[in-house]
Amino acid sequence: MDLSSQHPPLSTCPVSLTINGQIRNFDLHPWVSLLDLLRGPLELTGTKKGCDHGQCGACTVLVDGERMNSCLKLAVSLDGAEITTIEGLGTPDDMHPMQKAFLEHDAYQCGYCTPGQICSAVALLKEGHAHQRHEIREAMSGNLCRCGAYTNIADAIEEVLGTEAAASVREAAE
Amino acid sequence: MRHFSYTRAETVSDAVEALASDPQAQILAGGTNLVDLMKYEVMRPAAIIDINRLPLRDIEDLPNGGLRIGALASNSAVAYDERVKERYPLLSSAILAGASPQLRNAATSGGNLLQRTRCYYFYDPATPCNKREPGSGCGAIGGVNRIHAILGASDHCIATHPSDMCVALAALSAVVEVEGPDGRHDIPFAEFHRLPGDHPERDNTLGQGEIVTAIRLEGNHFASHHTYLKLRDRRSYAFALVSVAAAMEVADDKIVELRVALGGVAHKPWRDFLAEAEFAGEAVDEVTFRRIAQRLLTGAKGQGQNDFKIPLAEKAIVRALRQAASGRPQDQAVKAIQ
Repeated sequence: MDLSSQHPPLSTCPVSLTINGQIRNFDLHPWVSLLDLLRGPLELTGTKKGCDHGQCGACTVLVDGERMNSCLKLAVSLDGAEITTIEGLGTPDDMHPMQKAFLEHDAYQCGYCTPGQICSAVALLKEGHAHQRHEIREAMSGNLCRCGAYTNIADAIEEVLGTEAAASVREAAE
Repeated sequence: MRHFSYTRAETVSDAVEALASDPQAQILAGGTNLVDLMKYEVMRPAAIIDINRLPLRDIEDLPNGGLRIGALASNSAVAYDERVKERYPLLSSAILAGASPQLRNAATSGGNLLQRTRCYYFYDPATPCNKREPGSGCGAIGGVNRIHAILGASDHCIATHPSDMCVALAALSAVVEVEGPDGRHDIPFAEFHRLPGDHPERDNTLGQGEIVTAIRLEGNHFASHHTYLKLRDRRSYAFALVSVAAAMEVADDKIVELRVALGGVAHKPWRDFLAEAEFAGEAVDEVTFRRIAQRLLTGAKGQGQNDFKIPLAEKAIVRALRQAASGRPQDQAVKAIQ
């Protein structure tokens, strides 16, 4: 079927994204999801494809600092955005405090949901809406863990939240 | 996903023009529902009009103390806006009862109104569905219908509207601002979504080429007596089996004004204006709450597997009215129901 007479042509579209601090320019088909862009051409395979339908949270990344399911974002619609993936949070030698806390608390079993859990938890800290444990659990409800490591995940987040709260109290006192 | 052409609209009139001229085009905002449906090939637009650059993201004060919420304001931005929390806490609470933080960050206000049903048959192109494929039949009638409608259904469709936010907007009598080829106009919230009738393929009353630009909240805020009570199969990240947005104005232990909207029970957020009016002047007590619940569920009809929703809705309405009357709304993080 010739769609060109009725609709704009099926063509690629220029897209510029800042990914883990690096500006990248692409020419993308509009049906490419952010998740497929990250895992495919960019080989940033830390971000995981779980359900691919916004039901599990394994693909969670930060878009302009806000956590989102990268499987439901068409990359073209994010032109100009800053994307942070698990690879941008820290490295094995220089881990983000949340990555350290997940290690220390054994907050995973198979590890498949972990990058999404950590990205989500880092956003939770910045949002500042969750303080108590039940609020952490609710704010992490968009990240499923089929191994059921929820108790240790909440422990890890609680520790980082507690450390941050203690640091801000110290700062205020100084 | 079927392939499609893609354009970015720079102005509202660009978007309207592009949409009006192409019946196979769809508007893309947050994409949390549309992209999902495109992956399942339930929706197969030939063209996508991306409206994310339109200046519709703000939440503005209105001179009368109300708020105008831009269609592109994210669900999170609305739920955590200090003015919304203070003036319309029922709306904030209902939004936080829905989806997950990730989805609420991406999902927009206009998109929330326009999201499609989560009926299993609608989502499965291998089955009949009058909403997806008019005239093909309804797989849910006589099929797996545990999550389906008990009010306002037709012989062609028993799907429910999935939104939590819209249940609060219905109770608050919001106004939907729309722009189309014939200019701008307002749609009262109760007239925005429709019952399935003979045309379940139409979820709402928008005309060809019309887009939602804002949602307006005016009048009574019901900040003292309100609640959003949502009952579902798991405690978070699940659609409502039954939800209740209840709000009331109380004086001398009597109801001055009553608002009750129900979610998860019909093709649209369910309100019965006549029934609400009948209870003005009645005592604020358990007997009245039970009478209200029974009155609101007059005509409720189960489909077999969802028969349980009728007594569940009755109990949920009574609980919600108790919470609203006592000024202790449901906490969406503490899941215990008072």
